[in-house]
Amino acid sequence: MNILRCGDQALLVDVGDGGIDAVLGLYSALSDPRPGGVTELVPAARTLLVRFDPAVIAARDLAELLASTEPVPAPAMRGEMVEIPVHYDGADLAEVGKHTGLGSDGVVEMHTAAEYTVAFGGFAPGFGYLTGLHPKLHLPRRSTPRTHVPAGAVAIAGEFTGIYPRSSPGGWQLVGRTEVPLWDPARRPPALLRPGTRIRFREVR
Amino acid sequence: MIEVVRPGPLTTVQDLGRPGLAALGVGRSGAADRRSAALANRLVGNLDGAAVLETTFGGLALRFRQVARVVVTGAPCPVRRGGRGEAMNAPFTVWPGEELTLGAPSAGLRTYVAVRGGFGVDKVLESRSTDLLAGLGPAALNAGDVLPVGHDECGPPPSVEVAPVPDPAAFELTVRVMPGPREDWFTPEALRTFSTATYEVTSESNRVGVRLTGPPLTRSREGELLSEGMVPGAIQVPPSGLPLVFLADHPVTGGYPVIGVVLTDDLPVMAQARPGQTVSFRLVPAGLPAAA
Repeated sequence: MNILRCGDQALLVDVGDGGIDAVLGLYSALSDPRPGGVTELVPAARTLLVRFDPAVIAARDLAELLASTEPVPAPAMRGEMVEIPVHYDGADLAEVGKHTGLGSDGVVEMHTAAEYTVAFGGFAPGFGYLTGLHPKLHLPRRSTPRTHVPAGAVAIAGEFTGIYPRSSPGGWQLVGRTEVPLWDPARRPPALLRPGTRIRFREVR
Repeated sequence: MIEVVRPGPLTTVQDLGRPGLAALGVGRSGAADRRSAALANRLVGNLDGAAVLETTFGGLALRFRQVARVVVTGAPCPVRRGGRGEAMNAPFTVWPGEELTLGAPSAGLRTYVAVRGGFGVDKVLESRSTDLLAGLGPAALNAGDVLPVGHDECGPPPSVEVAPVPDPAAFELTVRVMPGPREDWFTPEALRTFSTATYEVTSESNRVGVRLTGPPLTRSREGELLSEGMVPGAIQVPPSGLPLVFLADHPVTGGYPVIGVVLTDDLPVMAQARPGQTVSFRLVPAGLPAAA
């Protein structure tokens, strides 16, 4: 674990090969409640950004606290389970089926068989990068991103799967769509998927 | 109520933003030049979190339907109230029916207008800030919009005639930068260039970030950085080698290495940087054990 300075009001914890489990473990240990002076926690693929108020805690003290924080072990940090009904009729489904040799039905079977965990967000409010995707479905992003991906689009890219919370440009491979609202500013919390949330996809026809 | 007669090139409602929601993909947003916005609120006796208007390159015209205590801060520009001139950083009263107009700033980029009580538009996730990247909060102002005055005052308005504030620099800007977290992705030569060269602000700059042009910064390693959390002031270096300094509406995470971060105290300088102005970066020590 490496603690890097990120300006005068943030530290960046790089967990290295610990990867997403180590990031989520540290995020869980620090998020409820947050240590005094910590204003923001931003989990990502192998880093946790910790923003702080230097009037409350000094960078050096925070670095010591982070270094001595015991990450919550993976099974204990798992959040609630959410089931997402999906119409598997995405624009790229046939292409993904061909590319992987699984065929469209095989892709659906594989995508619905796994349990996923929200590792982190960041692309848009309510978007979650879900880990747990079968390695056979690890595909690159489209070489030319779409200018318009509809809200609710279920997609895969790299080692992740995810759902576009609202219509936006996007380069992920679209395999399906869901009507479940992922983002509602009037709801508390506004995002259905938060770091640690577990997910299963269920096919609806 | 206050009516927007003309919004100018871009006027948004801003407060302190939405801290603490980055894990859900929501950035902080809020006023780009937080110092000027905070001063505006103090000068009319508002709470720190009251909403102000942030207008870019002036051009804003408001018609007041009620009496209001008002102040204009930030990038200095001609201020007219019902045809009379008013000073920057000096609170004044606007009477019902009067129009308040802002001209083009003589230096700096963003001018702030506070009314006593704050602008009382609806909150989204506890904040009235417009986040242009995430598309959260009220839309940028349009002609004909009507803004209610809120109740975010605290105590009586201070008896200040004018707050002494230095004007933003009109020529070369200098900001202090703490190196890292990814300075080791760059060649020693790139770090030297970064701390000695001058960069020019381009017109593609906005509330997301200030785009710069100048000598490109070369990386010492190949490969891609996995996306990681970003902060305001982070200086990201995309493959072009041309740095970009993030402002209030920066993305929550980013995938290009950050060579350094502008000190919080110097962020208002970046927020007031105009296209065509030059910026140089002065490195300050990071002052923390590198590894733990």
